[in-house]
Amino acid sequence: MKKVEAINIKKSFGQLHTLEDISLSLEENRFVSLLGPSGCGKSTLFNIISGLTLPDRGEILIDGEVYNGKTGRVSYMHQKDLLLPWKNILSNVMIPLILKGESKNQAEKKALEYFHLFGLDGFEKNYPNQLSGGMRQRASLLRAYLFSKDIMLLDEPFGGLDAITKRKMQHWLLEVFNNLNSSILFITHDIDEAIFLSDEIYILSKRPAVVKKVFQVNIGRPRDDNTFTNVEFIRIKKEILNLL
Amino acid sequence: MKRLVNIREQVVPISFIAAILIIWESVAALQIVPTYILPAPTKIIISLFTNLPVLKEHILVTLMEALVGFVISIVFALFISIIMDSIPVVRRAIYPLIITSQTVPMITIAPLFAIWFGFGYLPKIIIVALVCFFPITISLLEGLASVEEDLLNLIKSMGASKVQLYKIIKLPSAMPGFFSGLKISGTYSITGATIGEWVGGKKGLGVYMLRVKSSFATDKVFATIIIITLLSLGMLKIISYIERKAMPWVHDKNNMVWEDE
Repeated sequence: MKKVEAINIKKSFGQLHTLEDISLSLEENRFVSLLGPSGCGKSTLFNIISGLTLPDRGEILIDGEVYNGKTGRVSYMHQKDLLLPWKNILSNVMIPLILKGESKNQAEKKALEYFHLFGLDGFEKNYPNQLSGGMRQRASLLRAYLFSKDIMLLDEPFGGLDAITKRKMQHWLLEVFNNLNSSILFITHDIDEAIFLSDEIYILSKRPAVVKKVFQVNIGRPRDDNTFTNVEFIRIKKEILNLL
Repeated sequence: MKRLVNIREQVVPISFIAAILIIWESVAALQIVPTYILPAPTKIIISLFTNLPVLKEHILVTLMEALVGFVISIVFALFISIIMDSIPVVRRAIYPLIITSQTVPMITIAPLFAIWFGFGYLPKIIIVALVCFFPITISLLEGLASVEEDLLNLIKSMGASKVQLYKIIKLPSAMPGFFSGLKISGTYSITGATIGEWVGGKKGLGVYMLRVKSSFATDKVFATIIIITLLSLGMLKIISYIERKAMPWVHDKNNMVWEDE
């Protein structure tokens, strides 16, 4: 079943033609990456899917319904953690539940259920600036997850982390993905990261962006460090490198 | 260790001030300048304490005017800056007016308020409110406008209403700016009240200063200046204390940093 479908999306900002013609689809419980040069309009596409920006042309379908310009359906996570420095981690991740009108007690209870899964046990009362970058991103992901569990847009979530933390977070995300029951759209410009995490990879061209090619990553799960030396992994990586 | 460094850093300014006081005291003791022009520091301190019973009621009046004016200005600043921030047209219309109004020296319009509102507490409170209004409003406006665009978009994408945006994001993130505005205004408030009293009135430190000045009791003038300074510093300290309590996330920053295991 298709959770998200973008059909012939086009978007310009004045003279800047950002997206020329983008079509993509995200099936239920799949992990799909968008890979492309920086500045090719991937984040614009996410803004369109999440309803913050209207496309000049084309349609966004979520569960088969038109969602152009309608916010509040999919969750969105940025490269920056965007946690509120004046709220502790628990209050931060509760925000989407509070915005939906749940009581504080109810929201607290719901949020706390996931602290273990997201590796945040014991840090409920800490402020974001007391946590490491990796933990802040996990909290940010939990906040996104509590907003919308079934569809998540992750915009280079590990782009700001150091190489070692990034690798740990990728493994962690793979592991936790099995328990989330989510369909994920993932922006990155790290080829290894895209292949390692995804079921499917869309290669975007530079501005104005079109879909150059779609790769199916037929590598079984669970994946681990050996995945990086898998024959299929290397074949796909070679092809992507040739394309870019 | 930190304490020791602090003390060492303070040695220079404290000795400098001590040196000035000693020179001042000797100049006065040697009768180089007449007492009614420059009284000795010791004489000023003595007159401060001997006049304290008289000064007390003036202090209370000035403090009352300053506090009432200050609170009024906070309420107005909050109101105006939120409206200006949320409606861009209003911001563009009012902003130049607020800036320009600040170039008018308060001492020149204080007599106008005396003509309009008499010699009671009201004109003083209005002057304090006007003086305090500007720094709070400007710093609040800047704080409200400085919120990260991505953060606003994120919360908007979660379907937050405009009221929720202000409550959850904009007002809390304007807090540091708000408090720096409060600290400036808080110290202005005492001076503002004194300027208002200078124009005329029955009680207050400004009125008292005018009286002792007319009788060339220079030591009492200096004593009043000390009190005004102390009151202003007191305001600053209290606001800084509230700031620390209200923004624990800034205060706790250095406590602990957790690493990924």
